[in-house]
Amino acid sequence: MSSPLCAAREALERGERSSVELTRACLARIEATDARLSAWLHVDADGALAQAAAVDARRARGERLGPLAGVPVGLKDIFLTRDLPTTCGSRILEGYRPPYDATVVARLRAAGAVILGKQNMDAFAMGSSNENSAFGAAHNPWDLERTPGGSSGGSAAAVAAGHCFGALGTDTGGSIRQPASFCGVVGLKPTYGRVSRFGVIAFASSLDQPGPIARTVRDAAALFEACAGPDPHDATSAEVPLPVGLEAMPRDADLAGVRLGVPAEYFGEGLAPGVAAATQAALDQLRALGAELVDVHLPHARYGVAAYYLVATAEASSNLARFDGVRYGLRRAGADLAAMYGATRDAGFGLEVKRRIMLGTYALSAGYYDAYYRKASQARTLVRRDFDAALDTVDAIVTPVSPTTAFRLGERVDDPLSMYLADVFTIGCNLAGLPGLSVPCGFDEARLPVGLQLIGRAFDEATLLRIAASYEDATGWCGQRPALGEEAP
Amino acid sequence: MSAPDDTAWEIVIGLEVHCQLATAEKLFCGCPNRFGQPPNRDTCPICLGLPGVLPVLNRQAVDFALAVGAALGCTAHPRSVFARKHYFYPDLPKGYQITQYDRPLLTGGAVPVEAEDGAVRAVPLTRIHLEEDAGKSTHDAADATLVDLNRAGVPLIEIVGEPALRSAEEAGDYLRALHAIVRYLGVSDGNMEEGSFRCDANVSVRRRGQTSLGTRTEIKNLNTFKGVQRALAYEAARHVDLLEAGQAVVQETRLWDDAAGRTRGMRGKEEAHDYRYFPEPDLPPVELSEVELRAAAEGLPELPAARRARFVEALELSPYDAGVLTAERALADYFEAALAAHPGNAKGVCNWITSELLARVPATEIATGPVAPGDLGRLVALIDDDTISGRIAKQVFDHMLAGEGTPDAIIEARGLRQVTDTAAIEAACRTIIAEHPDQLAQFREGKTRVKGFFVGQVMKATRGKANPQQVNALLDRLLAEDATDP
Repeated sequence: MSSPLCAAREALERGERSSVELTRACLARIEATDARLSAWLHVDADGALAQAAAVDARRARGERLGPLAGVPVGLKDIFLTRDLPTTCGSRILEGYRPPYDATVVARLRAAGAVILGKQNMDAFAMGSSNENSAFGAAHNPWDLERTPGGSSGGSAAAVAAGHCFGALGTDTGGSIRQPASFCGVVGLKPTYGRVSRFGVIAFASSLDQPGPIARTVRDAAALFEACAGPDPHDATSAEVPLPVGLEAMPRDADLAGVRLGVPAEYFGEGLAPGVAAATQAALDQLRALGAELVDVHLPHARYGVAAYYLVATAEASSNLARFDGVRYGLRRAGADLAAMYGATRDAGFGLEVKRRIMLGTYALSAGYYDAYYRKASQARTLVRRDFDAALDTVDAIVTPVSPTTAFRLGERVDDPLSMYLADVFTIGCNLAGLPGLSVPCGFDEARLPVGLQLIGRAFDEATLLRIAASYEDATGWCGQRPALGEEAP
Repeated sequence: MSAPDDTAWEIVIGLEVHCQLATAEKLFCGCPNRFGQPPNRDTCPICLGLPGVLPVLNRQAVDFALAVGAALGCTAHPRSVFARKHYFYPDLPKGYQITQYDRPLLTGGAVPVEAEDGAVRAVPLTRIHLEEDAGKSTHDAADATLVDLNRAGVPLIEIVGEPALRSAEEAGDYLRALHAIVRYLGVSDGNMEEGSFRCDANVSVRRRGQTSLGTRTEIKNLNTFKGVQRALAYEAARHVDLLEAGQAVVQETRLWDDAAGRTRGMRGKEEAHDYRYFPEPDLPPVELSEVELRAAAEGLPELPAARRARFVEALELSPYDAGVLTAERALADYFEAALAAHPGNAKGVCNWITSELLARVPATEIATGPVAPGDLGRLVALIDDDTISGRIAKQVFDHMLAGEGTPDAIIEARGLRQVTDTAAIEAACRTIIAEHPDQLAQFREGKTRVKGFFVGQVMKATRGKANPQQVNALLDRLLAEDATDP
């Protein structure tokens, strides 16, 4: 199949389509279907059309344009956008309009992308189902009763529904890959440090990483290339050169000479039969393409969830301290300062955010720090070493993305632990700082999409993209779209 | 309240000094680091703690801290780690302060403290770490709290001393020594009134000979050197009174009330803070290269103690004068520049600076003031070679302060050159004697005090330019002549 974003770009370059036409088509698609999906928190129709018209005018004048010139895209509402509402899915930032653009937003704008608006998400990126959005959960375009996944659920749903040619999400423990797999699209969590976090509202600073969600691997590569690279405003961004021309990967390439590791730890109990079957078929397909599959071991993987939920909540409890009602966002009056803080944070934060702030505060408390935060940091080191050792012998590791396909909205809201445990396959990447990619690999018996995860060496996103593109070309799963009744632009 | 009985009780003091670094920009953002701007002008999304911002370390602050470490003989660690310290307050925008906790930049070292008797004692340090300052809260009369975040993110070093100071005076000497060093290094303006050099003190007392420490109190709000000494003396005496009355010292934080001259417990029960330190994930560890470590040691200027010793030994100044001159680097630099213009008379140049110049120009403005150091040295040289008298020199100095130019130009323009021509002075003396027969008669009657009158009249007639020694000698001769020669 063709890649919609790359195809749109070519059509724009050849003058076959205008950016205003594409933008109108996206806005019409949103208008027609978003009442059912709730994928967007804010659509900036006028602003988007103005950006599109400006790009068209520049193109007409023969000006040199950026690599995404005129392509409409969406942003998870965690990215700060100058003068556009940015809520992070939370009441505490309702109505907040930031004074500056995130680095990645500035890079998308510089590349000429048209920003359609801000997409739904779990508040502060805490959640795996979008049900923690203060503004109501987004729905899965494949089955409106089901979750699109989280926390970048709105972005994955919007891309799957053809609302936009791609989106930027963030991934702290699977928040790009899991919704991408639930919605049948491609999601890339880059290496920690590859994409700037400046202007991205922090959940867990040592784990957060922005990345693209798109309909195909090549589209994801194009978005990744436009926003990745070192940023002087982010001290944790890495000075590693970015490979260019990623989306121009050869079509129908085989995988001869590629070694793929299959960790037994990721194929055990708890894997839904439909997911197990689709993943096994994908392994067979990869082998058929010439890849060599070898067993690898990640013995500390079982400590991942526990370590993750200590480190992530500890950092979150700290990062969210600034939402105190003093300078911006919601403020609720109180008899004194402490009462104002309490009332503001009580009214502004939802249940899951409060739960995680409490967990994290506890993990960092005097007397508990060694038992929780420090232990978790040590476990994290062991998890990282497992991956490093495995990736010494293979080019990438192949696993399922999630133990199940999209579950029903409301099904797990009263059981946060089961929700946390469902992150088991994705959090390893974040703990180890490695790149991970989710690519559609079929459907389960309920015709819900299944995703295949590829985990690679640090800063070697190119290998993941190449393997995924080859797989995608051979299978065509990415060409399948949800039947929402309208034609995608 | 009794003064602590020196024979029975020993005072134990440890000081924590917060010193702002005079970097061009703040510690983690590009905002200017300066004092006195309208509230919240020097702020940006980063130091305001807006959502999504990240800190980036200003390496100049690291260099400044390393210079202090080199001056005090601290160990600089090739790898140190920033940490977050959490508490909620409106002037702390992120809800945490970025500081260093278990992996500070510098450990050990000592402050050389010179007592009044000249004995130098090395007071050991625990550590020096880098951190950001918080903003400033002002509580106004209408019960509102106003927050100014210009100070938020200004780089600080916290200099933590061991509990090794044994008297309020020694604590004062320690602070003054530290203050002089950071100013010498040029890493801080050390302005206590503006809060760039602040101090908290831990105080306890114990029976002399006892090795374990007594219960301590922490004193805050110490804003002047004198205040520190008074507060510590007060607090130590309070501890002794309590203990001698059989009561216990309560471990608490107390505020120094300078006007009332006493400390008082912070109102209400102090919350036991759990700061929940953990490593700052937004900043990689601070790695120091060999080059940076060497540069810190090699870039050190001559420090106050060494300079003071040199002034005493090589220039034969008194320890007191040397201490005054070296208290401020700018002052000592000025002195040396003035001395270069007149190397022969260090004492004379010193006296002119300490008694005349400092009476008119504050030490901190001396370098930029109206009197260039070379001109001051030249002025002393002109006195020493009898071009002008000391009295005329004071007039010349006034003109120099008024910006009228070099002393030579002023003397020339105003005709102030001293008259040393004996014939001219003699003629003036004779005229005065001839004009005052009554006074001459009194002199002859034995009232020799009248000679002063003649000296005054001659000086007046010559508009002060006659050499006073010559006038005295001539009058002695002429008045004697007149007595025998009617």
